[in-house]
Amino acid sequence: MLIFEHSRPGRYNYSQSPAAEKRTKNIPQNLLRKKPPILPEVSEMDAVRHYTRLSQKNFSIDTEFYPLGSCTMKYNPRVCNSLAMLPQFLSRHPLAPEDTGQGYLACMYELQEILKDVTGMKSVSLTPMAGAQGELIGVAMIRAYHESRGDHARTEIIIPDAAHGTNPATAVMCGYKVVEISTDKEGDVDMDALRAAVGPQTAGLMLTNPSTLGVFEKNIVEMSRLVHEAGGLLYYDGANLNAILGKVKPGDMGFDVIHMNLHKTFSTPHGGGGPGSAPVGVADRLLPFIPVPVVTMDKGIYRWVTEKEIPQSIGRFSAHMGNSGVLLRAYIYSRLLGAEGMHRVAEFATLNANYLMKELSKAGFEIAYPNRRASHEFIVTLKDLKEKTGVTAMDVAKRLIDKGFHAPTTYFPLLVPECLLIEPAETESKETLDSFVLSMKEILEEAYTDPEMLKTAPHTTSLQRLDDVKAARELDLTWKQ
Amino acid sequence: MPYIPHTKEDVTAMLASIGANSIEDLFDEIPPDLKNGKLKEVPSGLNEMEISRLMSERAETDGHYLSFIGAGAYEHHIPAAVWQITTRGEFYSSYTPYQAEASQGTLQLLYEYQTMMASLTGMDVSNASMYDGASALAEAVLMAVRSHKSSRRVLMPSTIHPVYRKVVSTIVKNQNIEIIEIPYCTECGHILLESLAPFVGQDIAALVIPQPNFFGVLEQVDALTDWAHTNNALAIGVVNPLALAMLTPPGEWGSKGADIAVGEGQPLGIPLSSGGPYFGFMACKQKLVRQMPGRIIGRTTDLNGKPGFVLTLQAREQHIRRSKATSNICTNQGLMVTAATIYMALVGPEGLRRIAEKSHANTMILLEQLEAIKGVKRTFSGSMFYEAAITLPMPVENVLQKLKVQKILGGLDLKEYYPELGQTILVCATETKIPADLVKFTECLNHVLSE
Repeated sequence: MLIFEHSRPGRYNYSQSPAAEKRTKNIPQNLLRKKPPILPEVSEMDAVRHYTRLSQKNFSIDTEFYPLGSCTMKYNPRVCNSLAMLPQFLSRHPLAPEDTGQGYLACMYELQEILKDVTGMKSVSLTPMAGAQGELIGVAMIRAYHESRGDHARTEIIIPDAAHGTNPATAVMCGYKVVEISTDKEGDVDMDALRAAVGPQTAGLMLTNPSTLGVFEKNIVEMSRLVHEAGGLLYYDGANLNAILGKVKPGDMGFDVIHMNLHKTFSTPHGGGGPGSAPVGVADRLLPFIPVPVVTMDKGIYRWVTEKEIPQSIGRFSAHMGNSGVLLRAYIYSRLLGAEGMHRVAEFATLNANYLMKELSKAGFEIAYPNRRASHEFIVTLKDLKEKTGVTAMDVAKRLIDKGFHAPTTYFPLLVPECLLIEPAETESKETLDSFVLSMKEILEEAYTDPEMLKTAPHTTSLQRLDDVKAARELDLTWKQ
Repeated sequence: MPYIPHTKEDVTAMLASIGANSIEDLFDEIPPDLKNGKLKEVPSGLNEMEISRLMSERAETDGHYLSFIGAGAYEHHIPAAVWQITTRGEFYSSYTPYQAEASQGTLQLLYEYQTMMASLTGMDVSNASMYDGASALAEAVLMAVRSHKSSRRVLMPSTIHPVYRKVVSTIVKNQNIEIIEIPYCTECGHILLESLAPFVGQDIAALVIPQPNFFGVLEQVDALTDWAHTNNALAIGVVNPLALAMLTPPGEWGSKGADIAVGEGQPLGIPLSSGGPYFGFMACKQKLVRQMPGRIIGRTTDLNGKPGFVLTLQAREQHIRRSKATSNICTNQGLMVTAATIYMALVGPEGLRRIAEKSHANTMILLEQLEAIKGVKRTFSGSMFYEAAITLPMPVENVLQKLKVQKILGGLDLKEYYPELGQTILVCATETKIPADLVKFTECLNHVLSE
């Protein structure tokens, strides 16, 4: 039932808003609304019940194992939320003077310093509001760099075929042509393809390492050399930073610019699809172009650095300073872990992934890159299973929901047929992983004995499989009275 | 170990299964030269008590001020239920609803949100949100240019939030789009139709129309919208969603209504929080829906014919279309939209209107009180919503400094954004202010000015 269907004309919560006050004589009649908007008229209790019940229809990290590959669904410590929501932090206006926000600015400054260390970069800007915006900012800086040198011949960005869709979409938004390069059979970037692609027209290479195939690009040093020698720059998509946190710094791999997804590696909430937060870090060459604002400290006083001090800055991307409340949560998380805790993140994320990969392989699942170590994630391919039984990756994903697990990422990366991209994250226990393996084994058996059970899954949720095609053909995007 | 559940026995058993001697072995594909990840600047970990103490101390230094700053982010009362429900783990720690059957909570909520926003803006459809108001405007500009067959020029009044204008130019500048600034009338504080005269008959993709504008002044939205349509341009409304409880929605502007409406969703239950996270909203006419960026939720049915919700029109999006997508946007601001939806459900149409009217009334009362001070006058003659520009008889910086000592944040100095306005501040009094607050501000300002 929709909230609108609970609505009754004239029902109103007197405690939630002020007494009526008509004082609109200053406003011309034609500018005043004639008909009230269609908003629910429900009691506070109705609203609380309705949205509490809706929440119960969600799978979440707090209720289920959520091994969604490339999304790093790790536990979000509750204390990060409660401290970021202290009333003084919540009530501070973004345009309030700097001296009324020294506590907040101190956290932002220290977070910048922590992220510089983590990435091995020279400077960090906290402003990007999501991974895709971090990418946009990173590639815009690459463009600004080439343009500042009068180098207008660079029109292409090279992107591996395994990359997230945001990479090519971003390159186009920055006015570049995308050159896609292939992957070799061991899951690394095809070096011959890269050699053929680089040249004086190359603005840069966007790379995720470890890649979305769940492996570390072994040739990264050589790749970096090739691109730099051709005059291009290297962009690091930090989607998988969790796998190398405290082990390898992207700066040491030769990257010139990086974005890191705090909602992944730094455990800020995914919130049903945002808000994200994706600070960018830059090496020397891109320092002059960093987006504003950034925070600096002079003699213990924190303040904003704006366009005035960074005249070549590519500019502003949000009305204020990105998703500051998310940044506070990431800061709190990083202080809770400390250096020693951060080193353990990559270790245990990698241990969990390799253990799960091994156990699933023993259970009869085909691993896409069986000769490789898993990074913090790995790919199972069900191509063979589909040929034998007709059961698809989507069917397996839906059946997992019945077993009480959120599905892994399905059909991504696009180059592995019938794939499940599985990322367990370091916060899961061995028992959880073992029970997941057990359920996967049961599903594998069902694929042979009762494929229909899988084709019609899920069965335990309030709804069975939903019709995507109908949704797109008969568009119904708003409720109508 | 913080947030890692493994016992020693677990680690031993897991390594044995893998066939590795140590965890370090699992990193043996990484070239040894690169393994210099040791963190040198990160302090050692704190426990919950220690971090709570640190954060409470920092919050305390940020203190409590009586604030009259608006300028795009507004102090409103947020009902207690909003964030208690929003931060339930099932909303807080779920992700983009790719697996519809396991995400009906988020999906239905977003469908309800789309309905509320479409109705509030008077549009046919809404997406599931953008990052913030500024980036939503940038996406609206890109969308208008995509829809318009021939022109890449967009008219942007200087009464649009100055930072929004900067963000738009940063985001669209690499796509060969020309943003043309339209000056405002320095007497009335809004755009005059005459200022558009030089563009009559030219090929223009869109005209951006704020309501209320950055100065809090109301624009002549009907005439501006009709001008856009007469000149074969799209009309993009940039609106305060709370104000729409009182003001004509963009969908009803002029004879045909604006084509796209965007804005900052923060007034709908989102705390100020030093600038974020907020959310941007975007609604449009049905004919433009396939050009809209971002997540969109649709209603459909399941195998048994029961109604349910899914992500739809995904063929526009980056994870399918890659380099040909409408935008690179991936996430929306799901949790903020969760709060906004619960907020709108709690206050309802009557509550939202009362909040808007009370905010308008408080600002008008404040304006009258301030104008009674010698040398203080309203800057613009145009009608205002819940913000007002006032001109002071002395340099603003010093005045604001002295008010701050009295624990009052007396508004925004406009000099940085509009040098021509000189000694002008932008003040705002929402429904959260009581008469004593308005009196206190007036008396303190009077005192400072007469010193």
